[in-house]
Amino acid sequence: MSTIALHDEHNHDHADHGHHKETLISKYIFSMDHKMIAKQFLITGIIMAVIAMGLSILFRIQLAWPDKNFPFLETFLGKWAEGGRIKSDFYLALVTIHGTIMVFFVLTAGLSGTFSNLLIPLQIGARDMASPFLNMLSYWFFFTACVVMMGSFFIQTGPASGGWTVYPPLSIIETAIPGSGLGMTMWLISMILFVASSLMGGINYVSTILNMRTKGMDLWKMPLTIWAFFLTAILGILSFPVLVAGVVLMIFDRSFGTSFYLSDIVMGTNILPNEGGSPILWQHLFWFLGHPEVYIVIMPALGISSEVISVNSRKPIFGYHAMVYSLIGITVLSFIVWGHHMFVTGMNPLLGGVFMITTLIIAVPSAVKTFNYLATLWRGNIRFTPAMLFAIGLVSFFISGGLTGIFLGNASLDINLHDTYFVVAHFHLVMGSAAIFGMLAGVYHWYPKMFGRMMNAKLGYLHFWLTFIAAYLVFFPLHFLGLDGVPRRYYAFTEFEFMKKWLTVNVFVTWAAIMAALAQVAFLFNFFYSIYKGKKAPQNPWESNTLEWTAPVEHLHGNWPGEIPTVYRWPYDYSKPGHDADFIPQTVPFSQTMSSNLPHDFEGNEEAEKIQQDWEIANPVTENKG
Amino acid sequence: MSLRKFITNKTTAALAVLLTVFANTSVFAQDAAAGAAAAPKVDMGEVYKSVIFYILVFLAICLFIAIVGKSIRVYELSREAQGKPVGINWNRVHASLFALFLVLGLYGVYWEYTVHGAMLLPDAASIHGKRIDDMFNLTLIITTIVFVVTHILLFGFSYVYKYSAKRKAYYYPHNNLIEKIWTIVPALVLTVLVLMGFLTWRSIFYKVDDPKNMPIQIEMTSEQFKWTIRYPGTDGVVGHKNYKLITASNTLGIDFKDLKSRDDQMADEMVIPVGKPIKLILTSKDVIHSFYMPHFRVQLNTVPGMQTIFEFTPTITTAEMQQKTNDPNFKYLFYCAKICGSGHYNMQKVVRVVSMEEYKTWLAEQKTYLNDDLRKQFNLPVAPAPVNSGTDSAATDSAAVKTNQMALNK
Repeated sequence: MSTIALHDEHNHDHADHGHHKETLISKYIFSMDHKMIAKQFLITGIIMAVIAMGLSILFRIQLAWPDKNFPFLETFLGKWAEGGRIKSDFYLALVTIHGTIMVFFVLTAGLSGTFSNLLIPLQIGARDMASPFLNMLSYWFFFTACVVMMGSFFIQTGPASGGWTVYPPLSIIETAIPGSGLGMTMWLISMILFVASSLMGGINYVSTILNMRTKGMDLWKMPLTIWAFFLTAILGILSFPVLVAGVVLMIFDRSFGTSFYLSDIVMGTNILPNEGGSPILWQHLFWFLGHPEVYIVIMPALGISSEVISVNSRKPIFGYHAMVYSLIGITVLSFIVWGHHMFVTGMNPLLGGVFMITTLIIAVPSAVKTFNYLATLWRGNIRFTPAMLFAIGLVSFFISGGLTGIFLGNASLDINLHDTYFVVAHFHLVMGSAAIFGMLAGVYHWYPKMFGRMMNAKLGYLHFWLTFIAAYLVFFPLHFLGLDGVPRRYYAFTEFEFMKKWLTVNVFVTWAAIMAALAQVAFLFNFFYSIYKGKKAPQNPWESNTLEWTAPVEHLHGNWPGEIPTVYRWPYDYSKPGHDADFIPQTVPFSQTMSSNLPHDFEGNEEAEKIQQDWEIANPVTENKG
Repeated sequence: MSLRKFITNKTTAALAVLLTVFANTSVFAQDAAAGAAAAPKVDMGEVYKSVIFYILVFLAICLFIAIVGKSIRVYELSREAQGKPVGINWNRVHASLFALFLVLGLYGVYWEYTVHGAMLLPDAASIHGKRIDDMFNLTLIITTIVFVVTHILLFGFSYVYKYSAKRKAYYYPHNNLIEKIWTIVPALVLTVLVLMGFLTWRSIFYKVDDPKNMPIQIEMTSEQFKWTIRYPGTDGVVGHKNYKLITASNTLGIDFKDLKSRDDQMADEMVIPVGKPIKLILTSKDVIHSFYMPHFRVQLNTVPGMQTIFEFTPTITTAEMQQKTNDPNFKYLFYCAKICGSGHYNMQKVVRVVSMEEYKTWLAEQKTYLNDDLRKQFNLPVAPAPVNSGTDSAATDSAAVKTNQMALNK
């Protein structure tokens, strides 16, 4: 990338025609335009997702055929798969990096980074982010974090391999596992860069939403996407610094001989000098971020699906206020539930009881959201666009994964389920599948806004159905492995008699995973092909109310030519009785929709109510409306 | 999107993939030596053939999909040219697929519950385990009902309310009563679950020792990648240990200056008497491991630098369980459930639940940790009176006898 850029800088005159002030380097690389940064986040996120998916296929192959040799693996992986069999150390590295990439790089940066950047200015009516420069830095920190993380595959001792939660002492002591050498250092550096990126992004999102809304866009007229991004950013700002604190302490422990997380450790007969620390401290610091993190992952997806479901059901989202309050509830509660990851760590049992209570309370706002989605679909007029299909898929995964969370949130049940495949199945449904589906729904829905072209709908259908079915085939059976007491992160099931009966299930799951992975080819082809060859997008392809569809299809810096449009109404006036079209954009004033106005539209503005009453007396046609 | 372009595009992409595969035989930085050593082992020709085969199969599928896509397009265009309504009503297709998915999916769930559900752990073999299982079943019933109902609604609505140009959606922005109901009902259900869970949790972790039925202490020490079991010996108390005392001969770092340590016994497997409370003292030498004993619904991490304690009472002997499960080879196991390194997947030991008599005979045969070497190290007399052979192991039962035993050991 940078070589092209440099080359271009030297040939400035040739590359210049077409755009007047922008050079290629300022337009495509160090861009400060939120739309371009969103695309950078998205494409980087997609590339990282493909890599992480590839890693998962590698370890799925190992799980399905633990006794077979796959010489082509040696071609790619060399000594890590000598003779075509993945080594145990490298297996753990694969799961670790798969988890890290998916959680942080794909579902945090790829999802929040893309859609917050794209939609916040466009949906609240701002010319750009509050701080475009910080926004650019945010992307490049993220990009560097990705490079450093992937770089750890190219070093002698391999990438970090203590699990994505990098629990010490395993992640600190180099002799415990090879990945805890340089690979782990790179993991930590990458994570610091990533958190810096997230913070710069988050501060930008919050300040943009609070300060730069267009005229008329009060908080209760914002689309649910914006609410979700707003609360996600707040979560990130409050929780990510704690991870950095933890990471810095870990760097001290690893490199400077401190003992924050270490005490009483003997490797073989080698007595380590560290005294007085506690490995549990890391778990507290990590999960203080780690649990909000899973909501950082799912809330933007929920926001996107709220918007997509409402638009494509041609109905207002049911219970807009309840949706916002439940998001707020999730935000607040997510800070006091981290201990449910630690029920069996030897934490004081009293805390276990407390965290169980807070954890199960958080199921209430989640349930409200689900029921509201269902109520939105009820008596709708549903258009199954690819985005809508993915949003419905999200609701299904959110239900399935959310319900299994009720088992794990219960401290007593967690005793036997902790660190088993039940957990793997649970979070892959609720955080993996649901959030990825939210992201894909967003991509299909706002692709026209991003690239000015449409994606091929039929490939989208194919992509959805294959992925939806395959995801259930992969993750549903895994619950049962967990219920049989099969722990996660096991390199092979061959050493235990009772696990052998699950080998056939593993083969099945692996084939389903391969099917899911291949289905993504339909998406990748569709995505990259449509950038250049897709049908030109119309102004408002989904007949949506929100502000971004009033901006011209051709991107321009500043989003709207001339003045920024004013907002008069909430974004969910779909199929309003009395109006001829089944949608009324936010920019349409009530004076133009006299036939469909409802009393509560005026929020107690007596003058407006009086005008409406006078109009209704003068036009008796409106008597049949509710 | 013309068919020709599609194929050319695919082929170029595929060629690129193949080129990468062949060109980069060693993608990652590592010793050339390792690569060279591995090279002569396999005939790579066959391998490449099979890889090419699968790629070709995949490309054929892509081509097939492209052709189907094109034919659909042609069909739709011809309908359009004839002025007939749109060829395929995709909304109806998806609505029907959702309905089909609902039916097949529910059947799939039923199949999973009955087939894979029958392959799970047998009934809990401990007192608290039964309570956990009851809770589990209650939660399972509630969640299954919610799961089925919400999915019927989700896919049912998707089917019924599919797009129709004739209809307009029902403008229904909110209904406070309904919203209150579906906030309060889940809250109530969860309150019940929380209360039960809380009480169960308390009953597991807040145990008051019954002086007449004192638990048997057993200490477990984890290290990469094995477990070391320490029985308390005749005094019923596991003695002090200190990680700084660890040597090749004293792998646990037992402090034999502590009298309670001198009679501590080693064991290859965990043998416990049925119906007797067991107090597990869990410690770790190196990294965090997790002591997981699923048949008894026991799990707790072993953490370096601190002790964790789990108390449970086994209720079913191994022999009984073999009968119950109809499996003469059935064994209780405990193993590691927290990622701990390359050998994590094989860190297990057998648990045998036996009658009290069997336990006592077995226990009497176990050796003490204290041997002549260690006696020298700790400046203890090398040939003292045999500590554990003559003493009555039944003494472990009662706290009252314990003091006598300690006195004896002095």
